[in-house]
Formats: sequence, structure tokens, C-alpha cells
Amino acid sequence: MTFEKFVFYVFALITVYAAFRVITVRNPVHAVLHLVLAFFSSAGIWLLAEAEFLGITLVLVYVGAVMVLFLFVVMMLDVNLAPLREGFVRYLPVGGAIGGLMILEMSLILASRHFAAAKALPPHGPHYSNTRELGALLYTDYAYPFEIAAFILLVAIVAAIALTLRRRPDARRQQVGEQVRVRRQDRVRLVAMAAESRSAGPAEEEGS
Amino acid sequence: MIGLSDYLVLAAILFGLGVAGIFINRKNVIVLLMAVELMLLAVNTNFIAFSHFLGDTAGQVFVFFILTVAAAEAAIGLAILVVLFRNRASINVEDMDDLRG
Repeated sequence: MTFEKFVFYVFALITVYAAFRVITVRNPVHAVLHLVLAFFSSAGIWLLAEAEFLGITLVLVYVGAVMVLFLFVVMMLDVNLAPLREGFVRYLPVGGAIGGLMILEMSLILASRHFAAAKALPPHGPHYSNTRELGALLYTDYAYPFEIAAFILLVAIVAAIALTLRRRPDARRQQVGEQVRVRRQDRVRLVAMAAESRSAGPAEEEGS
Repeated sequence: MIGLSDYLVLAAILFGLGVAGIFINRKNVIVLLMAVELMLLAVNTNFIAFSHFLGDTAGQVFVFFILTVAAAEAAIGLAILVVLFRNRASINVEDMDDLRG
């Protein structure tokens, strides 16, 4: 067994263990943390497959942004866990059977000699840049889908903000339009009155 | 050398775990979203393995787009979850039966 293969199996074992814990652990916060572990070790596997840019993107974007968002939401919601676990034992046989069957079927096909016969291409030299290669493809052949992806992100921003924005009735906000439109007559009232003598007491002066 | 089958079987195991997770955690929306993320990770691993063994970078471009869409999906899904929790004080799937489906 080469060192490369050993590293692959270590990462694969950690990934499978973390994925298993994600779906079985009781506390959602622990589930999110195990999902982070699964993403990290998957990034290692992607690096082994010479997809360096995507491996780093997975850690930076997925672990750094999306999983932290998950953690925020999970910790912010005060969830009562007991009713959420009710059907766990009841659905465990059917879920395990279907998942196990799918894994078995796919493994029968994928571990057969047809797929095992695929030879890896020779590794790239030291001056090969995965990022440059990906960028050259992304900004030429896939420029239009790239723009659409950017637009999807924009729509996601607007949708997430529009969904969670709420107008509180007790909030006090500045109404700039009314402030600008106000006239002197609305605020200041000039009162014509006779002048008063200075001999009045200081208490009355304060009260006036 | 690491074979193509190794990557594909690993992705199959991840996908199967995601499907099983949807079955056994069918009341908890958060874990459902995380199971979907697991399945997307499995698909991405498949794409990268084939891209590596065919020497075609287009597979990695697809992974890039899948990551983008998955991030958008997670953001909107979590926003819906927050709104749901605000209105119902619960994230149980059983409580979402207003449409009587």
C-alpha cells in the first residue's frame, strides 16, 4: 500500500464516520460539527484527486460560511429535542435497509473490474496550476453559466433578507420625508403677549 | 495508486448515509438539510473523481456551480427555517400540515 493510498483510506474512514454521526447524533450542534469534520476530510480527498482549488474552496466557503450559518441558526433556535427524536427507532430499520441496499448496489457496480480498470493519468508537473486551469475554463467556455451563478447568489441574498425581515410595530424609526417636508408653522408658534415686569420671583420665572 | 472505484464507492457510501439520514430523522428539518448537504458532497466527490481520471477540468467547473447553488439553497432553507420557528415555535415537520397534504 502506497502512502497516498494510506492517506486516502484515513480520510475516507474519517469522512464516513463523521457522516454516520451526522445522521445519528442526538444534539443538532454536534451534528453540525460532525458535518464540518466530514467536509474537512472530504477536502483532503479532493486534494488527493488534484482538485486543489475546490478543496480549499470547500474549507473556506463551505466550512467557513455555510456551516457557520448552520451553527448560528441551530444555536439561535431554542429547540425542544424530545419530540424530534420520536420516530428515530421506528424508522431506523427501513432507513438503514434502504440506505444499506443503495450502498450495496452501487458498490457492486462501482467496485467491478470495469471501473477498477480506469488508469489514473500521470500527475501534473510542479508548474501546473489547478486554479489557473479552472479560471481559464470558467471565464471562457463557462462565462455565461458563471454570470447565472452570480445572479443566483444575488437572488439568494435578496430572498433570505426578504424572508427574515420583520416590521416591529413598537420600533421607532426616523421618517425622513416628513422631517424634510416640515414647515416653520408646524413647529413654532408666535404668541403676542404683554411684557412682564422683572420684579416677579425667580420661582415664577423658572415656571414660565 | 488510488483507483477510480475507491472514490466512487466512498461517494456511494456518503450518498447512502444521506438517504438513510433523511429516513430516520424525518421530523427534524435541520438534520434533513444536513443530509441533503451530505448527498451533495457525495455527488461533488463523484464529479471530481471522474474529472481526475478523465483529465477533463469541466467536471471541476460543475462542482463549482454545485457549490454555488448549494450555498444559496442552504441560505434560503435556513431563512425559511427561522421564519417557521418564529411563527410556530417548532421545527417539527409534523407541525407543517396546513395544506392538509
